[in-house]
Parts: sequence; structure tokens; C-alpha cells
Amino acid sequence: MDLLTILQILDSTIRLATPLLLACLAGLFSERAGIFDIGLEGKMLAAAFLSGAIAFVTGSVWLGLLAGIAGSLALSGIHGLASITFRGNQLISGVAINFLASGLTVVVAQSWFGQGGRTPQLAGAARFEPIIWPGALTNIREMQQAGPLQQIYSELISGHTIVVYIALLIVPLTWWVLFRTRFGLRLRAVGENPAAVDTAGISVVGLRYAAVGICGVLTGIAGAYLATALQAGFTREMTAGRGYIALAALIFAKWRPWYALMATMLFGFLQALALRPDIIERTLSFRVQVQLLDALPYILTVIILAGFVGKAIPPRAGGEPYVKER
Amino acid sequence: MTFMKSLLGATAALAVTAGAALADPAVIFDLGGKFDKSFNESSWNGAERWAEETGGTYAEVELQSDAQREQAIRRFAEAGYNPVIMAGFSNQTALETVAPDYPDTTFVIIDAVVEAPNVRSVVFDEHEGSYLVGVLAAMASESGTVGFIGGMDIPLIRKFGCGYAQGVMDTNPDATVIANMTGTTPAAWNDPVKGSELTQAQISQGADVVFAAAGGTGVGVLQTAADQGILSIGVDSNQNYLHPGQVLTSMLKRVDNAVYDAMSAGPEVETGVQVMGVANGGVGVAVDENNADLITAEMQAAVDEAMAGIEDGSIEVHDYMSDETCPAVQF
Repeated sequence: MDLLTILQILDSTIRLATPLLLACLAGLFSERAGIFDIGLEGKMLAAAFLSGAIAFVTGSVWLGLLAGIAGSLALSGIHGLASITFRGNQLISGVAINFLASGLTVVVAQSWFGQGGRTPQLAGAARFEPIIWPGALTNIREMQQAGPLQQIYSELISGHTIVVYIALLIVPLTWWVLFRTRFGLRLRAVGENPAAVDTAGISVVGLRYAAVGICGVLTGIAGAYLATALQAGFTREMTAGRGYIALAALIFAKWRPWYALMATMLFGFLQALALRPDIIERTLSFRVQVQLLDALPYILTVIILAGFVGKAIPPRAGGEPYVKER
Repeated sequence: MTFMKSLLGATAALAVTAGAALADPAVIFDLGGKFDKSFNESSWNGAERWAEETGGTYAEVELQSDAQREQAIRRFAEAGYNPVIMAGFSNQTALETVAPDYPDTTFVIIDAVVEAPNVRSVVFDEHEGSYLVGVLAAMASESGTVGFIGGMDIPLIRKFGCGYAQGVMDTNPDATVIANMTGTTPAAWNDPVKGSELTQAQISQGADVVFAAAGGTGVGVLQTAADQGILSIGVDSNQNYLHPGQVLTSMLKRVDNAVYDAMSAGPEVETGVQVMGVANGGVGVAVDENNADLITAEMQAAVDEAMAGIEDGSIEVHDYMSDETCPAVQF
């Protein structure tokens, strides 16, 4: 196996991991503030649809991205209203959002475009194009001739859409916000002991809404990435369970930003590896079932949850609506 | 009083429509949805063609989950629709249960065989159509490596892949065929992102023609193939127009003809197994203005020759579903 093949797998890893990473960080904000969010999948789907639709209508991918974020924020608002203001069950609200998005996207897409629940194909400025860094090679034959450093630079570092670089920058930003700012401290406290935060005279409801809002923005970017960067348009159910894998990654990452990067990259790598059964067979000299690789993220999460490797402790007030007085 | 009147009027109108519905055909679309640009859309096209030509009406439903199958068939039979047409092998078990309960209704199932006196089972020789596009793929490929991307890993999809690989190998014995499946759950029909990544992976292994038999996932395959400047092959209905000049051809499965025939025959539609293959126009390759420049005269001649060979039996395309093995490619 040559370096270029490994790089191609890693390149694929980054593309597959980016939506997981964004959704995972979104869940991180929400769950750190004590709001479980099983509706990541639905929000991503709604954002994917709206970004695809608006990008097609306006011809601008940036307007599409904004529309996607707006759609995802609207669903976040519903989740917030149900679980923060009305103190409903967060899991039920999340499941409802998933169903709502799954049905609504197809119905609206059908009534707008009449193409059976998909948006028309995007082209040109309506899509995020890969950014070719200066000096990077794009032709695969030239790349095969180039030295290892040039290969790494051209294949792995260059040639992604801007969303990928933004997603990677959001990781340190998340760490900084959560662990180095006053807002972050309060946000984490609200997920551990909301009564203490309330006693200090800080609004629990306000903080939780802020967290759910950030979650909406990040899932919005994740959904837009699926529809306008990886694909050229929305197709029904195109998230294909990525929101749930992101939740698994969040548990795997023990609700920490840098671990979230590692967990999503690992899951992305497993998915990318599953695309190349020939390489696995050549390296290990026996056939590995592709299905096993697809299931590994879930298996790993169960192992972590069972406490075999370290311990995943969720925020203590997670899933509990905050009641000020009884 | 006026309200009561209009209410009664509405009820009467409903009763009339219900009466008119008698002996109208009904179509059940499978989970992919009516406009999947593929299998279901093809059956919708057939139904629409019938409706346009005869001015008739038909009832329809788009299934949302597996649990609805039996219920949908029963409701149409109960309401007096005849024949009840369903596209998709997944309806097999449901129809096996329901068909004996409605002996006066004729059912048409496409892509599966149900043994009952009142059922017409339409099956396609997909392996023959896939063989034809395999011939074209082998001739269009410059690298000698071609790809196949299936949707859900089921015998039917392997049948596509196997026929395709045989067509490739018969045309160019030195060729390499890379075959991948998207997944093992129904989600594999709707995962264009994974379809894209599989295409990228096949391109990095040298493939320059990719055949997608993967429902909605195929949209991602065709998109990535067009983005990366290689050729792709569509499936079921004509997908050449999706990326003009970059889709080599489409393997046509004339589900529309099957639906149209059944609707035209009406309640007296002949039951039993009907096989639609190369010989009776059931499968074929799509050539239109979008891919005319890609199909050279030489390639067209090769396809015609292969079609003639399949018809007269001199070319025997292996059917994966007959013995669950494939001599041409390993999945």
C-alpha cells in the first residue's frame, strides 16, 4: 500500500467526518447545558433541504447556508420551547423533530420543485467548490509522480470546501468558549447543577436557550455541508443516520471538544475504510466483512458506555427540565 | 340547514366517486417514492401514459414504511380497484397473504413471483440489460477498469452486478471490475453521500466508468462521476439527462411497459409469470440526444450484436439469482 492510497483514505475520512464533527459539537453544546438532543438528525435534514432549495433559487450557496441555519434554528426553537419552557420530555421532543423533518422536507420539496422530494441539481456558485491551495496538484497522475510532502499537501490539506476548514476551527473555538469564558463556565454549570446557577442570579432558561441555539447553528452548517458541498442538492433522507452516529461519537468523546474531533475522525476513518474492502484484504490478507466496519462506531460506543474503557459520565442535570420552585 | 345540505351533498358526491372507482386500476409505489428518477418513477410514467391515452383514472399510494404494505393492498382490493399493481419485490410476502382473500381481484406484482391464480408476476431479465451496458462500459473505458455500485446488498442487485461484469469481461477479457455495495439496510437506497465516496474510492482504483444500481444513492454516484470527469451509467429509467454528455447510458428496465400493459388489459389481465427480457423489449440501453456523442457506431454495433446473441441464445448471461454465484466478479 503506497502513501497516496493512505492519503486518499484519509481524504475521504475528512469529508465523511466533517458533518459528524459539526453535529457532534452541536450536541456537545446542547447536552453540556443539560438538554439532550436526539433531534440532530432531523435538524441536519431540514438544513440540508433548505440550503439546497434556497441555494438553487438564489444561485448563492451562502444564502443557502444561511437558510439552512435558519431552518435548523427554527427546529431548535421548537425543541427549546418544548423541553425548556414547557418542561417536556427532551427525548420525545427530539424524536418528534426527527419525524417532522423527515416528512416535511419531502412534502415541501415536492410542492416547490415537483421532483419527488428532491431539489434540482446545483451548479456553479450555488455549491461550495473545493479550495485548491496555492501550489497544490489536482491531477492524479501528476500527484503519483510527486514527492510525499507534495502528496500530503495536495491530497490531504488542499482541495476541501471551506466548510471543512471552518469545522476544524470550531473545535478549538468550542474548547475556548466552554472552558475559558464565563459563558462557558455557566453553560457547563447549568448542565451539572442548574439550581446553583439560578441561586447565583443567572437565568437558567436563557443559558439553555443559548446552548440550544448554538446547537441549531452548528447542525445547520452540517446539513448545508451535506447538500451543497458533498452533494449538489438535497435528496430525501440524505442524512442517512449521521445524526445518530454523531450522538454516539459524543458519548465516545465523553462530552469534550478535542475528544469529539478524535472520535468523529475515527468514525469517519472506519467509514472510509469500509469503502475500500480491497485494501483491507491486501493488508490483513483475509476478508473483513464491510458490515462489521459499518457497525464498529456503535460497538465502540457500547463498549465505552459499559465502562470497559474509561468512563463516560453525562452532564448530571442532563435530560432534567429545570423547575424553579415546587 | 344549508350546512346539513352541503354535508349530505358532499357525502353523496363521495359515494358517487367511490362507485366510479370500481374496476379502476390502482398502483402502489414502493419506499423510494414516486419520483425517485428510477424504478418507481418508471412505473409512474407507465401509469400516466395509460391515463393520458385512455382518459382513465387510477388510484395510487406511496408507501412510507414496510408496515403499510399489506394494509395498502387490502384497502385497494376492498375498495374494488382492479387490477392492483405494485412495483417492488418487497411486496411479495404481503401479497402472498392478501391475494387468496380477494379471488375476484387481479394483482400484478413487478420484480417478484407470487404463486396464486389471481396474480400476474412480472420479472425482468436485469442481468441481460446489465450485460448490454457492461459491453458499452468496457468499450468506453480507457483504463480497462470499470466500477459497479449497488444499493442494498440483496440478490437482485447482485444480479445486476453479475450481468454487468460478464458483459465487461466478454468484451475485454483483461478488464478489471470493482464491485461495491452501499449497505445492508434500506437506508442504502438513499445515501448519496456514501455513493459519492464509493465513486471516489473506485476512481482512485483506476475506474473510469461506473454503473450505479442504487436508487437514490445513484444520484450521488452520477454527480461525483460528472464532477471528476469520468463516465457513469444510470439504471431503471433513462437517467442520461441528469448530466448530459457525462452519463454513458442507462440500463432501462421497462417497468413503465409492464404497468402500462397491465392497466390496458384491465381486470382481465392474464395471470401467471411474465418475463420481460431483451427479446420482448423489457430491458435495454438508453440512447438519446444527451449521450449520442458518447456512443460510437462501433459501440452501437457491439450492443446490437450482443442483443441478437442473447435473443438467439448464443450468448448466455449468467443469472445470479439462479444459483447465488457469479463467475465474473466477486462481491
